Amino acid sequence: MSANAIRANPTGGFPTSKIIWTAVGWLVVFIFFFPVLWMWLEAFKTEPQAASSPPTIFFIPTLEEFREITSGDFPPFFINSAIASLGSTFLVLVLGLPAAYALAIRPVKRTQDVLFFFISTRFLPFAASLVPLYLLARDLHLLDNIFALTLIYTTINLPLGVWLLRSFLLEIPHDLFEAARVDGASFFTEIVRIVVPLIAPGIAATSLICLIFTWNEFFYAVNFTSSVAATAPVFLVGFISGRGLFYAKLAAAATLASLPVLLAGWIAQKQLIRGLTLGAVK
Amino acid sequence: MSTIAEMGGVRGTTAASHARREAWLRRLPLLPAFIYVVLVTQIPFALTVYYSFFDWNLLKDNSFKFAGLANYARLVTDESLRIAVWNTVLLTISVIAISVVLGLGVATLLNSEVFGKGFMRTLMIAPFLIMPTAGALIWKDTLLNPLFGLLPYLLAPIGLGRVDWVNQYPMVSVVAVEVWRWTPFMMLIILAGLQSQNPEVLEAARVDGATALQAFRRITLPLVRPFIELGALLGSLFVVQTFDSIFMLTHGGPGEDTTNIPFLLYLVAFQGFNIGQASAIGVVAVIMTTIIATVALRTMFSIFQVEARR
Repeated sequence: MSANAIRANPTGGFPTSKIIWTAVGWLVVFIFFFPVLWMWLEAFKTEPQAASSPPTIFFIPTLEEFREITSGDFPPFFINSAIASLGSTFLVLVLGLPAAYALAIRPVKRTQDVLFFFISTRFLPFAASLVPLYLLARDLHLLDNIFALTLIYTTINLPLGVWLLRSFLLEIPHDLFEAARVDGASFFTEIVRIVVPLIAPGIAATSLICLIFTWNEFFYAVNFTSSVAATAPVFLVGFISGRGLFYAKLAAAATLASLPVLLAGWIAQKQLIRGLTLGAVK
Repeated sequence: MSTIAEMGGVRGTTAASHARREAWLRRLPLLPAFIYVVLVTQIPFALTVYYSFFDWNLLKDNSFKFAGLANYARLVTDESLRIAVWNTVLLTISVIAISVVLGLGVATLLNSEVFGKGFMRTLMIAPFLIMPTAGALIWKDTLLNPLFGLLPYLLAPIGLGRVDWVNQYPMVSVVAVEVWRWTPFMMLIILAGLQSQNPEVLEAARVDGATALQAFRRITLPLVRPFIELGALLGSLFVVQTFDSIFMLTHGGPGEDTTNIPFLLYLVAFQGFNIGQASAIGVVAVIMTTIIATVALRTMFSIFQVEARR
């Protein structure tokens, strides 16, 4: 941002070109944002308005569909999503923070190899472990169990969590840890008293990134759950079949289901790049 | 003499055991995460390889029989996998290529002197944040639907009013929705690259009489190239796994026109319950992904992790 501030031409340059590029930019952004805007608009329509030809552009907004969705069978799905996302994020922090600490502050031999191993598991396709995990869950009667899904989501996010937390830990001046150790701080004191407060923003960013990845997860959700533990994306499957036209209701459900991640992503914009590139780009 | 040497030796071993203890203490915090990852990813993968040599269908009783390489042989002879591999490659390459080009364009716009950059970026990343299943359904039912969709209505004046996009051009529809989703991702990464650029260099080039296009090609593009590579490689690791939008938009169809490897796996494992066959597909998918991932991670390490060697 500061680079752009320097670049801002004090003499003004060509204001017309600035206006043209601004217009082009806004047009492009509008095109990309439009489906989201349209989803919001559809959600505030009545069903006949949403399924009209030509499409209804001007209408009096109604909360009818939102009311129906929130008082119907949607809330349990939403709650399941919240349990799986928050639960797995918590587990990622508990397991990932010590690991990240070991990799960043007190590197062991072959640190690079361990890091490589962690991150390679993030990109192991779900095809690799899907069938055995499914059979295990079935034999343990853990299919359609939200805690089993939470454990799977922990696996998906743990490599990412370790990498991100490590990249935040690397930014803490080394001397701080040395000082604490000289003062005789134990490992846990070091973690709780020094590490956690110092990388609190990093922990928040990591949590948001983990939430984004798990909240939207669909493959495991649709195959490992059916009714009791089904999450928000699975709820939307019910709208695929053409049992009548429920476009407004679909839009309202899609809006609500997308809201937590949209807000999290907008709040954590700066950390988003860092998270998406596994800490490589700051 | 000997006693001194012995004493030295004793001191040596305690020092060594102390060092070993120290090394284990350092490793200890790593272990819970390490063990967890091994338990949930590596052991199941070993089982996947094992199952892939068996003829095993959950819908048939007592069907667990050693089959050698029969599952792999079937993959080679059966057309389904060839189609799925082709669809996966086609989908991945087109989505990545188009979204890199669009992402570069949008990032350049957002890095130039325009009004409301921050707000533009905020709106721009929304497609990436929207739940993919939700986004795909919104596209299918409210934008592309030939009867009530907005797009056919807007395109009616140029004679494309009654095009049933999802059924007539299924792959184009899937690619379009995925490009919509991945362009913001590319844009974010490339924009980070553009913003790391020293504006004085560009200024100097301009003073030396370089045109905007020359400056872009000679100075900006080489600078953002590693960011483009990173975006393309990471993006392809995600796009290879595309499942949500295919499930929602086309369900792999019509026929097998949009069935990629993840969707084929879903069909074989959870519609056919053919565990042996699904495992063989899993092994093939892992080999394919490993090739991309190795290149991707090497590139990332060499370009971005210089600062981490400490």
